[in-house]
Amino acid sequence: MEKFTKHTGIVAPLDRPNVDTDAIIPKQYLKSIKRSGFGPNAFDDWRYLDPGEPGMDNATRRINPDFVLNQSPYDQATILLARENFGCGSSREHAVWALDDFGFRSVIAPSFADIFYNNSFKNGLLPIVLDAEIVDELFKRVNAKKGYQLSIDLEAQKVITEEGDEFAFEVDGFRKYCLLNGLDDIGLTLQHADEIRAYEAKRKQAEPWLFA
Amino acid sequence: MAGKTLYDKLFESHTVRTEDDGTALLYIDRHLVHEVTSPQAFEGLRLAGRKVWRQDAALAVPDHNVPTVAADRQAGITDPVARIQVQALDNNCQEFGITEFSMDDIRQGIVHVIGPEQGATLPGMTLVCGDSHTATHGAFGTMAFGVGTSEVEHVLATQCLLQKKMQNMRINVEGTLGAGVTAKDVVLAIIGEIGTAGGTGYAMEFAGSAIRDMSMEGRMTICNMAIEAGARVGMVAVDEKTIDFVKGRPFAPAEEYWDQAVALWKELHSDEDAVFDREVTLDAAAIKPQVTWGTSPEMVVAVDGNVPDPAQESDSVKASGMQKALDYMGLTAGEAIADIQVDKVFIGSCTNSRLEDIREAAAVIKGRKVADNIKLAMVVPGSGLIKQQAEKEGLDKIFIDAGFEWREPGCSMCLAMNADRLEPGERCASTSNRNFEGRQGQGSRTHLVSPAMASAAAIAGHFVDVRDF
Repeated sequence: MEKFTKHTGIVAPLDRPNVDTDAIIPKQYLKSIKRSGFGPNAFDDWRYLDPGEPGMDNATRRINPDFVLNQSPYDQATILLARENFGCGSSREHAVWALDDFGFRSVIAPSFADIFYNNSFKNGLLPIVLDAEIVDELFKRVNAKKGYQLSIDLEAQKVITEEGDEFAFEVDGFRKYCLLNGLDDIGLTLQHADEIRAYEAKRKQAEPWLFA
Repeated sequence: MAGKTLYDKLFESHTVRTEDDGTALLYIDRHLVHEVTSPQAFEGLRLAGRKVWRQDAALAVPDHNVPTVAADRQAGITDPVARIQVQALDNNCQEFGITEFSMDDIRQGIVHVIGPEQGATLPGMTLVCGDSHTATHGAFGTMAFGVGTSEVEHVLATQCLLQKKMQNMRINVEGTLGAGVTAKDVVLAIIGEIGTAGGTGYAMEFAGSAIRDMSMEGRMTICNMAIEAGARVGMVAVDEKTIDFVKGRPFAPAEEYWDQAVALWKELHSDEDAVFDREVTLDAAAIKPQVTWGTSPEMVVAVDGNVPDPAQESDSVKASGMQKALDYMGLTAGEAIADIQVDKVFIGSCTNSRLEDIREAAAVIKGRKVADNIKLAMVVPGSGLIKQQAEKEGLDKIFIDAGFEWREPGCSMCLAMNADRLEPGERCASTSNRNFEGRQGQGSRTHLVSPAMASAAAIAGHFVDVRDF
């Protein structure tokens, strides 16, 4: 997993609540057995005017000029500013893979759906929760200036604006540690293999029917 | 000290160790696997040279991509990308030693239907699957939740997951449901009440006399849609119905362990003095048949209601979301729900494809014909065994005589990964769980309803109150 320490980048505003993972990556692309290559199809139904299927050359498709990620400089954005309940719906991690593959390093929103929030950390994409009023203010600033940038300092748990305003955010200690160091958490868990085996032995005694 | 909730009890009994920040290493008893969210996880194991920690804890089935037309299924999947994905599951299960019900197995079906059907879902278990509708299994007093592919890999490799404990929420549905009002209407009403993010960060327990009176199938329908209210975990306490349902199923405890298991399961309920971080109570008698009008499950009204007006909404973000939904759905504010005509009808999905759902639908359809304006009405049973049983009862004939198509089991038009999908602009009365933009095909318009309401819409050609039908 790619480390996340500090990041500064262009912010793309996606001004709608309840953006679901079906919208982030439509189902036809879930047939892939790979983890990469989803970026060109992120937000496919909003990004293109013609229907998309896996294997199509996206360069030849009709672009929706009204969609924010098709507009310069937002096609270069690395931070997505969104509204409440971002990433709701399906558990598909492909949604995180698609955002990551597009180039996003962080999503800022007033709230996230639990599974999406969790999946993000596994892929080095930092989901940041800020108060709805702060997010509202950030939308105003981003809309007022094309190419508006934000800086994120994970160690200090701060979002820093161009004007120098700082907004603190919360993140679980363990997740932060993994992200700062780019750690594979399967490897970390396997360090406790003996404890897992001991637990299993105990459960096997109490509930033998669970162990066929 | 306050008592414990059911969720507290299961979380504690499955904690292997706890990190300093409270993150727990949680043991997972059952892992259900399907073709869409697992290939990258198996690939991860291969790349790292890791094995599956406990093969007997996993059970796999292809469901999202499989064709539902019998002839297509026999001929093999024609879509090359989908075919590769289903083959990848077959190959991975063989390579890693996992039991799989393959596409031609009578036990094949939707992963959340076959778990309980096989007794692979048991009270007191922790159960995960790379699918958000995993909360379905919570109906058995099981702590079940959906995970992403990285976590699928984590469970395959370690039999554990790193989890922060959630808060506790209880939804009490008290009283008696009216005739024609079903579990689906109850859960849609709950989502309408608390919103699609109302349960975010919570494990949700469904309680109250209306839930106690419900069949296991109904409880599964309710828990299934907990995620549509934002909650990863939805659960119901164990009672006699739970135990009766499990008894004798292929993966249920063997006879020598049965009494011991039952004694343990009877403790699987929240203590009398347990404290919930949030409680919501609904009056069962006041719930009417529900129909969603928008592109989020919280956009729902009773069948005798009207499409709401964004101009009446004070929250500007919400109002603009409502307007976007109306534009997408091709509806106007104030329109009566009963005036909305539908093009297609879908009875199926992990929400409503069990035998009870099919029986309820058949009871409405019997002796009637699908309306002329309906281009397609289809029933997709949740598993091969459900299909077989329904056929024994002659239910397939009722549907076919009425003009429905009777299909093979799978996820089908709930998410339209296979050939079953809506054309742009088509409107569907669907017993599935999500009405998101494009969910049932690009440009598709989905209205979520109960099986009885979907059946009535098929006959009338538009939404109609099944209580007067």
